[in-house]
Amino acid sequence: MTTKLFGAPVQRREDPRLLTGQGRYLDDLGRDALAAAFVRSPHAHARVRDIDVSGALDVEGLVAIYTWEDLPERVGRALPLLIPHPALTHGRTAYPLARDVVRHVGEPVVMVVAADRYAAEDACALIEVDYEPLKPVVGIEEAVQGAQLVHEDVPGNVGAHLVQEVAAADGRGAREAIETSPHTLAFRLDIERSASMPLEGRGVYARWDGRDLRVYSSTQTSTSVRMAVAAALGLPLPQVEVIAPDVGGGFGVKIVHPWPEEVLVPWAAMTLGREVKWTEDRREHFVSSAHERGQVQYVRVGFDDDGRVLGLDVTILHDHGAYTPYGIIVPIVTSTQLLGPYKPGAYRVEFTAVYTNTVQVTPYRGAGRPQGVFCMERTMDKIARYLGKDRTEVRAANFIRPDEFPYDQGMTFQDGRPLIYDSGNYPEMLRMIKELIGWDTFERRPGLGIGIGCYVEGTGVGPYEGGHVQITSDGRVHVSTGLTSQGQGHETAFAQIAATELGVPIERVSVVTGDTRRFGYAVGTFASRAAVVSGNAIALACRKVREKALRIAADALEADPGDLDIADGIVHVVGAPSAAVPLSTVAVLANPLRYAFDEETAKATQFATAAAPDRPPVAEGEEPGLEGRDYYSPIRSTFAAGMHAAIVETDPDTAEIKVLRYAVVHDCGRLINPMIVEGQIHGGVAQGIGGALYERMVYDQHGQLVNASFMDFLMPYATEIPRVETGHLETPSPLNPLGIKGAGEAGVIPVSAVIASAVEDAEGIEINRMPISPSELFELRMG
Amino acid sequence: MEHEITLVVNGTARRARVPARRLLSDCLRHDLGLTGTHVGCEHGVCGCCTVLLDGRPVRSCLTFAVTVDGAEITTVEGLADRDGRMSAVQRAFAECHGLQCGFCTPGFLCTVTALLKENPAPTDDEVVEGIAGNLCRCTGYQNIVKAVHRAAELLAEEA
Repeated sequence: MTTKLFGAPVQRREDPRLLTGQGRYLDDLGRDALAAAFVRSPHAHARVRDIDVSGALDVEGLVAIYTWEDLPERVGRALPLLIPHPALTHGRTAYPLARDVVRHVGEPVVMVVAADRYAAEDACALIEVDYEPLKPVVGIEEAVQGAQLVHEDVPGNVGAHLVQEVAAADGRGAREAIETSPHTLAFRLDIERSASMPLEGRGVYARWDGRDLRVYSSTQTSTSVRMAVAAALGLPLPQVEVIAPDVGGGFGVKIVHPWPEEVLVPWAAMTLGREVKWTEDRREHFVSSAHERGQVQYVRVGFDDDGRVLGLDVTILHDHGAYTPYGIIVPIVTSTQLLGPYKPGAYRVEFTAVYTNTVQVTPYRGAGRPQGVFCMERTMDKIARYLGKDRTEVRAANFIRPDEFPYDQGMTFQDGRPLIYDSGNYPEMLRMIKELIGWDTFERRPGLGIGIGCYVEGTGVGPYEGGHVQITSDGRVHVSTGLTSQGQGHETAFAQIAATELGVPIERVSVVTGDTRRFGYAVGTFASRAAVVSGNAIALACRKVREKALRIAADALEADPGDLDIADGIVHVVGAPSAAVPLSTVAVLANPLRYAFDEETAKATQFATAAAPDRPPVAEGEEPGLEGRDYYSPIRSTFAAGMHAAIVETDPDTAEIKVLRYAVVHDCGRLINPMIVEGQIHGGVAQGIGGALYERMVYDQHGQLVNASFMDFLMPYATEIPRVETGHLETPSPLNPLGIKGAGEAGVIPVSAVIASAVEDAEGIEINRMPISPSELFELRMG
Repeated sequence: MEHEITLVVNGTARRARVPARRLLSDCLRHDLGLTGTHVGCEHGVCGCCTVLLDGRPVRSCLTFAVTVDGAEITTVEGLADRDGRMSAVQRAFAECHGLQCGFCTPGFLCTVTALLKENPAPTDDEVVEGIAGNLCRCTGYQNIVKAVHRAAELLAEEA
């Protein structure tokens, strides 16, 4: 019998190296490389009048200084707009080094290359840049006014405007449905900026050998970095390889590419003929990578006496910072995922995405969903409060029923495909979360409140991923997939899939991710898609290899392939275990040899086999080797879901908010490794609590990010995070062979909504703005 | 001007020539090639760079290498037994899924190693307090707390 590893809490294969200091993160590589450092803009908005590098020329160890004018035409071009969209009428991207105008504090202006980072930073400090300050645009409302422009050629600072509308069954639009509803409410919601903030920042290390370029990057997409770098440097794709080594967290920010540094560092390595490395420091990460979340939402809702939403009209102002390299994915996700597990009668959503002189906005774990869920869940709570109903009752009245799947929401999702939910069971999930938190027996008192939040998350978006599986003559199984890993335990989860599919011990399986030398076609790791898309691709590749192994073994055993099974790495005749051949031998037989290098391979040489002399050693249509490659390209996204509940306590004097209990019920379809899924949820919830209570990007009126350090940007420590209680519901996805959805982002999505719900319950004060600090709650109490 | 220093790192005397401003974290990573010690903020908040200096946890990013000339330093590379078997703390982190991306992990391992030496059977509150100087962005800390208790158990069993 094959051990079923799929679904088991297998310990992680990546841990031994990470626990003993043997991980290979970006800055652990290239010990002898030259170091790059950057002069970055201290102004939020300014014209660069002059750059004087003369003061830096005598710095010992200085190798080169580059400004935009030093870059070849192709290298100096504006960075690509990765995801164009018809509604993004005024997409703008930065230049690798500032050309004439800087548009946020932290924008790179000069690159210095030196013997080590200390010398490079010494040189940076001695370079004089003469700026003509321009008036900055800070904050969504200032941007909307359009009095000052971030980009001279973008009127009103509006990068994109999109309206999506789903009519009610009777054909009426949302606004009309609201007008005729028995009850209506209108309100404004605010969500502030936070950021992914992985503990390892970005980094790039490049080597040029005169013909081939090798780039290591702390990225969430090595294949796409490869294409972008090859294009920017004018190199044929086969001469560029990109490797994501161990990556110290991503959470979305590292999906953006190519970063200026991903173009400049390889270019410098080629130009200088030396290895060059750049490792981002923490302040650089705050002011020159990306943020997310910031939105203002205006909501109008019409509903009946049961709380059923008849019409919902949401207008979103989205701050996308100074540039739009990642297009308008975040507000599109907010607009579509706002619907959650509900089916409003009619829905209209409109967003305007505006430029500000701040760090660009690109996806951070959840990618627009936390804002959408905050909007919908606040709406549900307000309806319940208005009607005097239990909050869970109002939600239940609006749920999509289990018998309504697949459910078409009538919109276009972020993958350009219809927003059709594949499966789910929301009433059961609500029952589970109420039981887990003790909703019906909770005893409310001033300063103690309970809250709830529900979400649906489109996961596993396409277009595709692939897997390659090779069994070598030592019986080892080598799996590779192109997407990258940043701590999700892919080496373990994918090994579980391969071991289960092939019937081999997991110890014999090794997995490589994010290395274009091993697998060249991939999209990347984002949108909780790795397990779904790569997981299924690997399973399909394994099935091909298994079929081939059975075919070859059947020949060797003179049996029918249909009578064979594989267990413990040995192919055997079912019911006759002595008629068996190990996969190592099958691998040898799969590759006819002229030369032997050991006893095993000797069996495949020309005088050792009993191969039929009238047929070619490799049969027509076959390839040598016991290996296979396959791809999984989903027709559309899968839809995971979850419900969270929390009990909070608020201090009557200090207004401090303490989360006493936090419960999660989660449905990501079939679980590959429940231990890893739980870990993902724990981490997501912790980031959510950070976003709900502590984290915000504080820009002053001049566009200075005044809390750009870990001392001032308050990420939660262990002291701030409660124990998370979890329950799992499994509604397998009918869309993919393994029935899995995705889990990576789930934990973070509803947390702000849940905490707002609980604080509102404890205080009896409406909470319309997140995060909420003790002083803000105190002010709300004062009225 | 450079200074000749000797650090006893993981039981081995290592010599290095460093300028006065060389951070201990950079010295360990770049001069001695011990890249297991990570740098997450370089301003002493995240705790990724924590090493043991004469047995006590310190931020190596806030320590100049010249100031610890002659000291004994333990990094993550020195936590395993001489025969390469992972320490109880390391094994407990693996068993309890106390790490994800692994970047903050060396700092936690050093912190927890010192914590359990001082307090072999900490309460839940003492564990949380004990690791409250280290940031982790992946795990939500729950499994790290569990791992500390598990490590305490393993140490007691193996004592």
